[in-house]
Amino acid sequence: MYKIESKNVDFFYGASQALKNINIAFKPNTVTALIGPSGCGKSTYLRLFNRMNDLIDNTKIGGQILIDGEDIYAKGVNVDSLRKKVGMVFQKPNPFPKTIFENVAYGLRVNGITDKKFIEERVETSIKQVVLWDEVKDKLKKSAFELSGGQQQRLCIARALAIQPSVILMDEPTSALDPISTAKVEELIYELKAKYTIVIVTHNMQQAGRVSDTTAFLYMGELIEYGNTKTIFTNPKIERTQNYITGRFG
Amino acid sequence: MKTFYKKFLEKFIEGLLMLSSTITTLTVVLIVFFLFKEGIGVFNKKPIEEGYVIAINKNNIVTKISSEQIKNIYDQKIKNWKEIGGKPDSIILFRLEDISNYYSDAAIGENFEGLPNCLSRLIDSVPNIIAFFPEKYLDKNFKGRQLEIDKVTLSEFFGGKEWFPTAQPAAQLGVMPLILGTLWVSLGAILLALPLGLAASVYMSEIASDKVRRIMKPLIELLAGIPSVVYGFFGLVIIVPLIQKTFNLPVGETALAGSIILGIMALPTIITISEDAMRNTPRAMKEASLALGASKWQTIYKVVIPYSISGITAGAILGIGRAIGETMAVLMVTGNAAVIPHSILEPVRTIPATIAAELGEAPNGGLHFQALFALGCILFLITLVINLTVEFISNRNKYNKH
Repeated sequence: MYKIESKNVDFFYGASQALKNINIAFKPNTVTALIGPSGCGKSTYLRLFNRMNDLIDNTKIGGQILIDGEDIYAKGVNVDSLRKKVGMVFQKPNPFPKTIFENVAYGLRVNGITDKKFIEERVETSIKQVVLWDEVKDKLKKSAFELSGGQQQRLCIARALAIQPSVILMDEPTSALDPISTAKVEELIYELKAKYTIVIVTHNMQQAGRVSDTTAFLYMGELIEYGNTKTIFTNPKIERTQNYITGRFG
Repeated sequence: MKTFYKKFLEKFIEGLLMLSSTITTLTVVLIVFFLFKEGIGVFNKKPIEEGYVIAINKNNIVTKISSEQIKNIYDQKIKNWKEIGGKPDSIILFRLEDISNYYSDAAIGENFEGLPNCLSRLIDSVPNIIAFFPEKYLDKNFKGRQLEIDKVTLSEFFGGKEWFPTAQPAAQLGVMPLILGTLWVSLGAILLALPLGLAASVYMSEIASDKVRRIMKPLIELLAGIPSVVYGFFGLVIIVPLIQKTFNLPVGETALAGSIILGIMALPTIITISEDAMRNTPRAMKEASLALGASKWQTIYKVVIPYSISGITAGAILGIGRAIGETMAVLMVTGNAAVIPHSILEPVRTIPATIAAELGEAPNGGLHFQALFALGCILFLITLVINLTVEFISNRNKYNKH
């Protein structure tokens, strides 16, 4: 059983086609890296899994995306509940202008949870999951903007974890971070794999190699190659993949 | 030579720029100085018409009297000297035209040459009299006593409940009804405009499609460009009769009419500023909220509105600022009765409307004239406070967002 299946997915921004007939099946509890040069459609593809592209006017999707066997673009699907199941971490840390505590509690509160004790416990476990607890436990009531960029990004991951999704989408989560923070986030991704299915978009080849189990290489909106990360990085079947990975273009 | 010329030109332009900014600054300072100089002058004046005296019998023990007391005496609300610190005796009012009741035309004389003497004798012979007459008829050997009148005091000015600067014998300069009128109208305006404006800006920034927004926004901004006299005209012709009919009132010119017109006039300010603020909410912030399963509405009131709250407040305050200072439209629809309003369905008069309506009939440099300037000072201070509040809020805003 696959966690996410994308079947013949096309995607259009107005008249221009951004994704062409993409078929990938994502296994549960794996990390899949989407790689490819800028503009290849990997972020667009990622944002299809929690219907984030719905926010953009004049877009159209073709094909099917199934999560846990259900078509998420079917009529009558509740997008809000879908997004509770599919968490997302963005390129730049984007905490709310609220306290550290309230940032993590936000997802619980908007889902109607009012039990104070439950919220406190969940916030604590979530922050502990991202190994941030020791750094912030004394300043939970302070603004999230007082944290460093790396801490903010881990807070954003904690925020996504707090509503206990089963899938986590990461859109270049370390591109705005320094190497040390990046290492921490990567370590975290590796640990989170045990519980979640993770899809990560990255520009960083080494990162893809380090954290992912499978890798998909996209180019000009098409899926060029998909497979085991080790195989793709050491022995790609298609020349273009090899050229990109070895830095000959992209 | 060329470099010298270039340098000279640079210096010259620099000088011009400095001159223009200096002139602007000086103008502002001068205007404010002039305003306050004239305005404060009112507190150095006696609230009685210039060239007139108020005289009493020399045996009367009352020495000082305020303008309100004079007015009450002449309105016959105070009928006994006891009430203003004299002996318990009823007051006998005397105005100059009453002189023929006491003396024959012969005694007064054809050109009033006997008048000073008559007045002197009359006041001497009637112990309870109070007389108001021009100073030029004051006899050289006047046997009565002139009453001293208090200068206009701050408490009288701000606490006085009556505004009647042309009243005789004593002008009534209580600005309370005007301040209250202004506040009532502005408050009503903001109560009408804020919910409507907020709703419109939420709709335009978060819900409307690009196409709709591209049509609506310029139209709303156009609302700001309509001259206020046109609003006043519209109010007078449409809103005033409507209010009169709906509430079955004797007149439709009420505080409510003013509030509605000012509310409409404040809308574009509120909408444009708060809509801009909402649209400045980073997309990443909205996406973060939506990605956590928040609905569109939850995102709007939990993320967008809190994030742009300072912009929204600034818009609202600037809207009030416009409402408070607005003159023409209000003058046309509020009925301009300088009384303390008890409901929004009564006529009121605002500070700017008072200045505009009365400045033409106030003699330059007189008490009335200066009282109007004092009103101007009050208005200036109110709007200054408003602008400082906006400044403070937008500064806090910058601090909040790093």
